[in-house]
Amino acid sequence: MASTGNNDSNNGEKEDLGFSSSSITTNETKGKKDWVLLSLRVLSFFATASATIVMALNKQTKNLVVATLGNTPVTATITAKFNQTPAFVFFIIANGNASLHNLVMIAVDLLVPRYDYKGLRLALIAILDMMAMGLASAGDGAATFMSMLGRNGNSHAQWNKICDKIQTYCDRGGAALVASFVGFILLLIITVMSIIKLLKPNRINHVP
Amino acid sequence: MESIAKARKICHLLLRFLAFGATLSAVIVMATSHEKASVLVFQVEAKYSHTPAFKYFVIANSVVTVYGFLILFLPPESLLWRFAAATDMVFTMLLVSSISAALAIAQVGKKGNSHAAWLPICNSVPKFCNQVTGALVVGAIAVIIYMLLLLNSIHRVLDPLIFRKC
Repeated sequence: MASTGNNDSNNGEKEDLGFSSSSITTNETKGKKDWVLLSLRVLSFFATASATIVMALNKQTKNLVVATLGNTPVTATITAKFNQTPAFVFFIIANGNASLHNLVMIAVDLLVPRYDYKGLRLALIAILDMMAMGLASAGDGAATFMSMLGRNGNSHAQWNKICDKIQTYCDRGGAALVASFVGFILLLIITVMSIIKLLKPNRINHVP
Repeated sequence: MESIAKARKICHLLLRFLAFGATLSAVIVMATSHEKASVLVFQVEAKYSHTPAFKYFVIANSVVTVYGFLILFLPPESLLWRFAAATDMVFTMLLVSSISAALAIAQVGKKGNSHAAWLPICNSVPKFCNQVTGALVVGAIAVIIYMLLLLNSIHRVLDPLIFRKC
């Protein structure tokens, strides 16, 4: 006869079980923290934040000998920075947003006392997780193909590869990309867990 | 209340059909983009398969087209809609990633990149560029429709009572 588990959910159409449900939910959910989800969020925050920072600080200057004028070589300085490529700018924006989202979610997990899950809170967390994941996937996709273009060039468009000249820039960019992929996969797992959390109370209450 | 439920079903089916149509046309428009031109003394040929990003775009959109076609036939009250919500999410993320990658490379093709000494190619092959732009626009529309469908699927799974009513 007692309610099993969280008794509140997002819709107001479930039937009232006759006694107030808030007392039961505070016993059930007050002390329990989901450590797995929290640690995943921390890891994802570190991954996306490091991807952002590594890409933002990615810079390399190199002097190249372009031609020789008589006996003196003419050198040109090339600088490689992230803001020369819109794809990398978007990569930084997307990963920055994802890490900010993770930070806010960690803060919400730690600081806000979890009495109840009334209203749209769980749904909002799940939707925000999905949006962050979408952003991260878009940023990853754009940066991956841009880096492939820089590494291999495109012979059909007469675009030469640039990674042999600016090796350090390419390596660091690759590292940022790997970190971002790790962060994205973690965000995927987090999203799945958030959605499963959304489903649990409903499944118990909507007995056909 | 019968009419509202029916209207909902029709609306949902229409949205799925639109999404299927959008991804299908993105695939077709991108795959048929082909132009030959002569620049200076070279013979330049522009095809979607020269660029891995466009290949990824075509592959992702064709996978989602097949999925969209199959899910049109799922009966509305089936229990598989929970699984459909999960697959909806996966394929929406795939579409987002593919359109982002294709847009990144298309931007380089249109504006070039002076720092890497990459010249824009759109001046020599304008028809190819326009067709690719069209495919990307349709792809973006498909992404938006799939995001709406994803939100709808999750709402459906969370509130089965709404659909059992009336």
